[in-house]
Amino acid sequence: MALANQLPDAKGQPVQRRQSAQGQSRWPLVSLILGGLTAITLSLSLWMIFFYTPVDALQGVTQRIFYFHVPTAWVGMLSFIILAVCGIIYLFKADERLDWLARAAAEVGVVFLTITLILGSLWGKPIWGAWWVWDARLTATLILWFMYVGYIMLRSYMGPGSEGARAGAVIGIIGAIDVPIIYLSVNWWRGQHPAAQLNPKGDLPPQAVITLLVALVAITLLYAFMMVQAYQLQRLQALAQQLRASVE
Amino acid sequence: MMARLFFSQLWAVLWKDIRYELRSKQTWIGMGMFALLVLVIFNFTFDLHASTVTSIAPGALWVAFIFASLLGLGRTVAAEREQGMLDRLLLTPVDRKAIYLAKLLGNLLFIGVVEIIALPVFAILFNLPIWQGTTLLALIPIVLLGALGIAAVGTLFSVMAATTQAKELLLPILVFPLVVPVVISAVRATTLLLVPSVNEPPWVGLLIAFDVIFLSVSTLLFQYIVEE
Repeated sequence: MALANQLPDAKGQPVQRRQSAQGQSRWPLVSLILGGLTAITLSLSLWMIFFYTPVDALQGVTQRIFYFHVPTAWVGMLSFIILAVCGIIYLFKADERLDWLARAAAEVGVVFLTITLILGSLWGKPIWGAWWVWDARLTATLILWFMYVGYIMLRSYMGPGSEGARAGAVIGIIGAIDVPIIYLSVNWWRGQHPAAQLNPKGDLPPQAVITLLVALVAITLLYAFMMVQAYQLQRLQALAQQLRASVE
Repeated sequence: MMARLFFSQLWAVLWKDIRYELRSKQTWIGMGMFALLVLVIFNFTFDLHASTVTSIAPGALWVAFIFASLLGLGRTVAAEREQGMLDRLLLTPVDRKAIYLAKLLGNLLFIGVVEIIALPVFAILFNLPIWQGTTLLALIPIVLLGALGIAAVGTLFSVMAATTQAKELLLPILVFPLVVPVVISAVRATTLLLVPSVNEPPWVGLLIAFDVIFLSVSTLLFQYIVEE
């Protein structure tokens, strides 16, 4: 760390000292608080999902997947929005921290979106009778997943540096524009697919609504907690690469 | 005055690419043969009867075009990068948008020529009724609009992927998901020409809209990925 504190940035100012000092003092506390909140809400949410909320009359136990599926889908999409916003700001103001945040969002987001796709499939098999249908939402989500994977692959192939960061920003922006277009075009392509099937919110009992809300809060907190960890990892990786470059 | 300068820069870069390709002819012939072979393979993978051919053929045509386009996109920019030509091009006082549009037009020209040649061959191989009336005249704009959408995104990403070691692998992974709207509307528009149907959205209009979106976003973003 002592060596890192002496590293000047591109402008020759000791930015590293400020960042690492902040990182040492502030982030463990944030991480601890988020971790504690996540543990509490997640346990509460699990209890509510499996014991509190009533069993669905038509779908039975399978319906409980819904309480995991919706929150993970929400953070999976939120994460891409974060990635794209970081990309837009990065192109105007090339701050390394924005890039770390974008990379963290990609890595955490792809995990949540993968869980969403798997859970959706598990729910679809007994309810729809098929693991997968080429519905607009499913297709758009799958394409979003491919964009995450493409982003992560490109970043790992291009390695560290501002060139990779700008390329990542461009993918994020185009992806964020493209996913809604894909959703609309698949919708037109498929005509009137029973979209309401996907959305069993119509007449949920109050217990189910509360359970869903608690699950949303819990998963969002879990996401924030994991984002802090992934961001720290990106920061330390960048620092380690700078250190290695300074030694070589 | 500015516009004239812009177009003369654009033309200079484009003409350089055309001359380069006319001398080597690698990309054109390679893409053309590739598109043709995909069509031949399709003949074996799907059992094509007279009753099913009109519903399968548009898909086969577009799969051949997309794969061939990506092959060509990867090659044209990779050649630039290998010889260090792109860096020299960027050193000249040329507008980045002019470079992008010239590269795009060059790619579109290669893809377009291959497609226009492959189209009649495709119709003959699959016994498609495109010779009647104005079907062929309506098909050519659809094919070129689809090519424009693929080339707009593909040109941007081929410059990006060309700096990496795994460019042949990375380009399709980045481009295929993004061009889904263009593919859907192009395939639907082609199918509707062969098998008219009611209650369909205006696919050709949507195709133009997607092209405009991809073209404008890519033109604006190109400068950020070549900047040093």
